Amino acid sequence: MPPRTNHLGLARNEYKGRPSTLCPGCGHDSISNQLISMAYELGLEQHKIIKLSGIGCSSKTPAYFLGGSHGFNALHGRMPSVATGALLANKDLSCIAVSGDGDTGSIGMGQFKHVIRRNVPLVYIIENNGVYGLTKGQFSATADEGQFLKYYGTNHMPPIDLALEAVIAGCTFVARSFSGDAKQVQALLQAAVRHPGASVLDIISPCVTFNNAETSTKSYPYGKDHEIPLHEIQILAPDYVEPKDEITVGDYDAGDIIDVEMHDGTFIRLKKLDNDHDPRNRRMAMEVLERSMREQIFSTGLLYYEEPRPTLADTEDLINTPLAFLDDADMRPPKQALDGVMQSLMV
Amino acid sequence: MAINAQTQPKLDTREPVINDFAFSVATKNGSGSQTSNNVLVKALFQMGIPVNGKNLFPSNIKGLPTWYTIRASKDGYTARKALTEIVVAYNNSTATEDVVNLPPGGVCITTDKIAKVIRQRDDISYYEIPVAKLMRQTEIPSAFRKLVENMTYVGAVAQLFEIPLDLIYEVLLANFKGREKPALMNHDVVKLAYDWTADNLVKTDPYRFERMDGTQGKIMMTGNDAGALGAVFGGVNVVAWYPITPSTSFVDGLIGFRGLRQNEAGENTIAIVQAEDELAAAGIVVGAGWAGGRSLTSTSGPGISLMAEFAGLAYFAEIPAVFWNITRMGPSTGLPTRTSQGDLMFTHFLGHGDSRQICLMPGNLKEAFEFGWKSFDISESLQSPVFVISDLDLGMNNWLSEPFDYPDQPITRGKVLDAAALQEFIDQHGKWGRYMDVDGDGIAYRTLPGTDHRFAAYFTRGTGHDEMAVYSERSDDWVENMTRLRLKMDTAREMLPQPIVDDSSDADIGIITFGTNEDAIREARDWLANDGIKTNYLRVLALPLASAVTDFIDAHKSIFVVENNFDGQLTQLIRLEHPENISHVRSLALGDGLPMTPDWIYDSLKEQEG
Repeated sequence: MPPRTNHLGLARNEYKGRPSTLCPGCGHDSISNQLISMAYELGLEQHKIIKLSGIGCSSKTPAYFLGGSHGFNALHGRMPSVATGALLANKDLSCIAVSGDGDTGSIGMGQFKHVIRRNVPLVYIIENNGVYGLTKGQFSATADEGQFLKYYGTNHMPPIDLALEAVIAGCTFVARSFSGDAKQVQALLQAAVRHPGASVLDIISPCVTFNNAETSTKSYPYGKDHEIPLHEIQILAPDYVEPKDEITVGDYDAGDIIDVEMHDGTFIRLKKLDNDHDPRNRRMAMEVLERSMREQIFSTGLLYYEEPRPTLADTEDLINTPLAFLDDADMRPPKQALDGVMQSLMV
Repeated sequence: MAINAQTQPKLDTREPVINDFAFSVATKNGSGSQTSNNVLVKALFQMGIPVNGKNLFPSNIKGLPTWYTIRASKDGYTARKALTEIVVAYNNSTATEDVVNLPPGGVCITTDKIAKVIRQRDDISYYEIPVAKLMRQTEIPSAFRKLVENMTYVGAVAQLFEIPLDLIYEVLLANFKGREKPALMNHDVVKLAYDWTADNLVKTDPYRFERMDGTQGKIMMTGNDAGALGAVFGGVNVVAWYPITPSTSFVDGLIGFRGLRQNEAGENTIAIVQAEDELAAAGIVVGAGWAGGRSLTSTSGPGISLMAEFAGLAYFAEIPAVFWNITRMGPSTGLPTRTSQGDLMFTHFLGHGDSRQICLMPGNLKEAFEFGWKSFDISESLQSPVFVISDLDLGMNNWLSEPFDYPDQPITRGKVLDAAALQEFIDQHGKWGRYMDVDGDGIAYRTLPGTDHRFAAYFTRGTGHDEMAVYSERSDDWVENMTRLRLKMDTAREMLPQPIVDDSSDADIGIITFGTNEDAIREARDWLANDGIKTNYLRVLALPLASAVTDFIDAHKSIFVVENNFDGQLTQLIRLEHPENISHVRSLALGDGLPMTPDWIYDSLKEQEG
């Protein structure tokens, strides 16, 4: 039997990258898998995507998905600036940007904030495990206060909440998830990739080698036991036809559903669980995040959404042709233009 | 000893000195003197007199002393001179020293108030302007009064040295972009001082200006503007920067010339992003270069330091991008508003490990424009970052030049494969790998993101990689790659702009330099020739060094390398690249924060040559 294919006629295999060299069981590999599935399910054209990353375990992963997309494993903490440049040079590209908690929360905090401030349209995935893996187990800035690790003792610093930082910076799509929750990660990726602005996905992604003890809030056992999804998420594409009895299926009625309409007409359908969170309310998003941090509640889902501001390319008022493919005539004014400038500078 | 300025010793026995002297204007920073000085320089330019203005300013917004030197030279020498014959002493805190520095027979133009404490010399002419009294006669609102006060010296200078008043007004009008109100306000003050000087002062010095035709058809501009204009004609399309003196006005120039590249709808073909720091600026231009943009950043020493990591990545991953280093004096924050050629070694070797960056060193406006566009063709052809090393003197000061030549070569994107070309490549070679050197010149073929071909994608990384761009820690892959990069640099040597050489005489002495020292060297060479000392000359335009430099060194018995840095960095580079038979290569390195003078070159060379 031939393999199942998407509307481009491609099998899921065609969206894979090279074999992963991360530790077996690493949360990051689950996220790579979800990225492969997302691109396959949505039938994305790989040559229109770029994959960028910084440095660290997380940042190795772009080699492991979408082998048909150009990738760039850049510098530690500096992926956002590289993405900014690439997307200015070619505004028609979609960008999947992978970072980690060290890459974003420490060395790259400045660029993280500024890429959001400029609203560069990228899917910014933080594969957050609270620990430096490649350098063998130092605390990162997202590690819990009071946490104990074998080689580095007790962490006395409070954590930085990167989702909260994203909201504060003005990000118009902020989510948190758990790499062990494949379904939610998939739904959030499918929404984020459609968002014409910076979207931040802070995905807790356990490090099985250095930070997977039950006592760590970044571990598998902890995540499996403590994850509290804010909603059940379903993505309804613009061409989605609603089954007649959809809304009343299960325990939901109309009042427990929030349909967030995205820019391209896609709906993110949020089925309410045990809380009143409305991701269209910024104050509510900040409150959820602050309480989660204070009380160590592992809330996941779409935290904040708003209609995106103009992207950087919009703000720059660029012509429609990607700058990388300008004609020579658009790159070099005629001789008369130079003569005119020269005349104005003469006696 | 107090000397009455109005009863100077009679100096009219001296020959008149016409269009061949220099001014130093001493004021307080932020007092509006920039406009006054620009007006004087532009007026002399309009009179047809070869002129050069250099701003020696402090790192300060308001209050610290600042000097502006203006040199007029009928013979077209425009280097800074060690001595200026005339000082406008409008800053009480430096006036005493300013007057001491004048040569005998010099001229001091000052305010009546400052004059009281600096009338210590009887061998110079003093002209004292009652600034406060004149300003009281104007109807200028008090808010503006301080800012136009300096126009009093413009008026006095115009009267004493014969610059036509109507020309001053013309230049003022141009300075204020045609707005009459501010032009008139300034001109009123100029005229007051002009008339007062005529009525009250007796000229006792031999200096004056006279119209000539030495600037006909020439332009006046700063090097930063020239470089920016060049970039606009070179197809720059992504600019990222972080403000830093003395490079800021480079981007101001780009913003100013951006309109030349807008389409009919007013949409831009140049994106200009003010980054959060120089690290991000470097990241943006590297990202853009990777994606097929023609990207540029402009910075100075401290910014170059921050860009080191990206520079190394771009060198190793082979990504084009253009970096302008408008050099100022380091180390560290150094003298942030003073010129220097002290970043040559650092920029050339920027990045850790064995990296070597391509550098272009413009020495004048025309080259700033030319390298402005050519740097992109070089960078894309060699798939390597290009650093254009200018300096504060060229970048921020007004220079005289022939008009720029329109680019004489078409835009060259280098070895970029689109989908069809990629297929041809694969048909011919069986496969394509990002770092495969099929031409034997060290330069491989690249694809851009967005190329619709199933084998177009590759993975860019700063880590070890093989010719297929796949991660590799194998020693043979590493060595092969580094060997190819070295080959690419050798390809670059002869592809880059070749040195300017004047070896027309049978001289034993050769002078080598780079960048903005040319005017001072040209004058010093003329002085030496007058003494019967013949010299030949070579100015390096690019790194890595061309073989022509070696030939020049070998062809002379005595070589002097003139450069404006402390350690003699070009000399060190020459020793590094050409270690054989160079005991005759000597360094004349200065590095005092000021543009080089012919006096220093002449004296130093004579002393060393014995």
